Amino acid sequence: MLEDLFSVVKVRFNGEKSDKPDGEKKDNKTDIPKGLLFKCPRCRCVTFEEEFEKNIKVCPQCNYHSRITARERLEITVDKGSFEEFDRDMISKNPIDFPDYDKKQQALREKTGLNDAVLTGKAKIRGEEIIIIVMDSNYMMASMGSVVGEKITRAIEYATANRLPVIAFTASGGARMQEGIVSLMQMAKTSGAVARHNEAGLLYIAVMTDPTTGGVTASFASLGDIIIAEPKVLIGFAGRRVIEGTIRQKLPDDFQSAEFMLENGFVDMIVERKKMRRVIAHLLKLHKPKEGTTE
Amino acid sequence: MSELTACERLDIIRHKGRPTALDYIPMIFDEFFEMHGDRLYGDDHAIMGGVASFKGIPVTVIAEVKGRNLAENQKCNFGMPHPEGYRKALRLAKQAEKFHRPVICLVDTAGAFCGVEAEQRGQGEAIARNIMEFMTLRTPVISIILGEGGSGGALALAVCDELAMLENASYTVISPRGFASILWKDSSREREACNVMKSTAEELTRLKVCDYIIAEADGGAHNDPQLTAENISDYISGALERKLQKGLDELIKGRYNKFRVVGEFEELPHSDNGSGLVPDEDVSEV
Repeated sequence: MLEDLFSVVKVRFNGEKSDKPDGEKKDNKTDIPKGLLFKCPRCRCVTFEEEFEKNIKVCPQCNYHSRITARERLEITVDKGSFEEFDRDMISKNPIDFPDYDKKQQALREKTGLNDAVLTGKAKIRGEEIIIIVMDSNYMMASMGSVVGEKITRAIEYATANRLPVIAFTASGGARMQEGIVSLMQMAKTSGAVARHNEAGLLYIAVMTDPTTGGVTASFASLGDIIIAEPKVLIGFAGRRVIEGTIRQKLPDDFQSAEFMLENGFVDMIVERKKMRRVIAHLLKLHKPKEGTTE
Repeated sequence: MSELTACERLDIIRHKGRPTALDYIPMIFDEFFEMHGDRLYGDDHAIMGGVASFKGIPVTVIAEVKGRNLAENQKCNFGMPHPEGYRKALRLAKQAEKFHRPVICLVDTAGAFCGVEAEQRGQGEAIARNIMEFMTLRTPVISIILGEGGSGGALALAVCDELAMLENASYTVISPRGFASILWKDSSREREACNVMKSTAEELTRLKVCDYIIAEADGGAHNDPQLTAENISDYISGALERKLQKGLDELIKGRYNKFRVVGEFEELPHSDNGSGLVPDEDVSEV
């Protein structure tokens, strides 16, 4: 059911690449040095990279909140120097012996400096201790396999044992195909950990970022007590092209956007990146257990 | 048990005469009373549920329904549930919990339906909710995969104390077609995908996903539905006996652990900066 999701995401956000057969496009006459300009995949507007960076990687024209790395996310979210990473040495095996999976992982580890698609750990937001989970779409579109599932589960279990809130920044193409059924089971594993955290009466805030889809939408991302989304990001279950194939017509641009999810009742609020830390800090304060209450 | 490839088994489970939940329910259960609707939106015919008696024990039956002909398939949407189907399943599971009845789930779907309305009504949320709620449901849950167990659409009825599969059934992260399409950008390589995916009951037993394999009639369940139904029935008897003697706390713990242990990873020895890789310090100031 996630058929074509990866290519859909690519087409949608890097629109130009997919229909450029030989690198020649007539509206692309001048050579622009790489890293100088940001071209928004949503509105196609061009911004100086410097301005774009200063705007915390949000398109100044259309407010599309583009993808950022997990490290960048931590930088703008948690108190400086407060992040203590969990399980950073965990790497995946090849449960269904998928051809070249090990090689691909090795190359990605070197390229991204990540061991898999999620960072988890303990941190503080305005002094409040939390467990934080941040997915990174640079690593195999942050698909969920054994390592992502295990790290998230351990982080939530730690939060339950130590009575801490969980903040999860989700981004994912869904289950990791290369690990087959084992990936599907990670949906149950992570959701089970959320169930226990929930039963312990603790707060879990899910923040859906670009793109939150497939098996992650159908598991822990949709189970937050509070679900926040960044503006204009892609959120959905099935791949857009699969649905278009089923109904044989084109879907509107805003289909499966954060705004679409808000309108249909599956997101509590849309919060801009520049306000995210503040909003989370306030929510944490409102959910802080009263002093002296027995737990 | 015969030695067939995943691909050959796929042909068997797609045989047009393969028995479905509609065939098995009357053969396995007595006094089945169907219950309709999720109380929120509507009634999804891709999931059938109700109360029944299994050898004198009251149980709740929740089944994904594939049609046996075009008319039935139109009614049940070819066995692909909408969110209201999963929400009906959850409602009935909660009812079972209240009245201390075991839940028997019969799984048979290519996957949850992919459509505009399914998205609008929260297909992802519905599946996620089921997974979470079934994980802590305080009554025994037994799931049996009859034919196709496709992705999250199957998992929504397969968070259980014991998972059994019919001999030729498959359980996959995505349909073989989808697998080929995503990984090789070529959905016509479906049969090849089938063999790569490790989707058979035997392979899934090795991966600690499947707990029991239920024998089918020679050449497939369609050759003798009655015999296959008896085998399913025998399995359910044993499974209920095993699960009903457990305390609920122990049962829930066991269910959590059943899924908790699945995953294959290794942890590199610790070095000063953890992974031994260069940490990503070079983060642009954002």
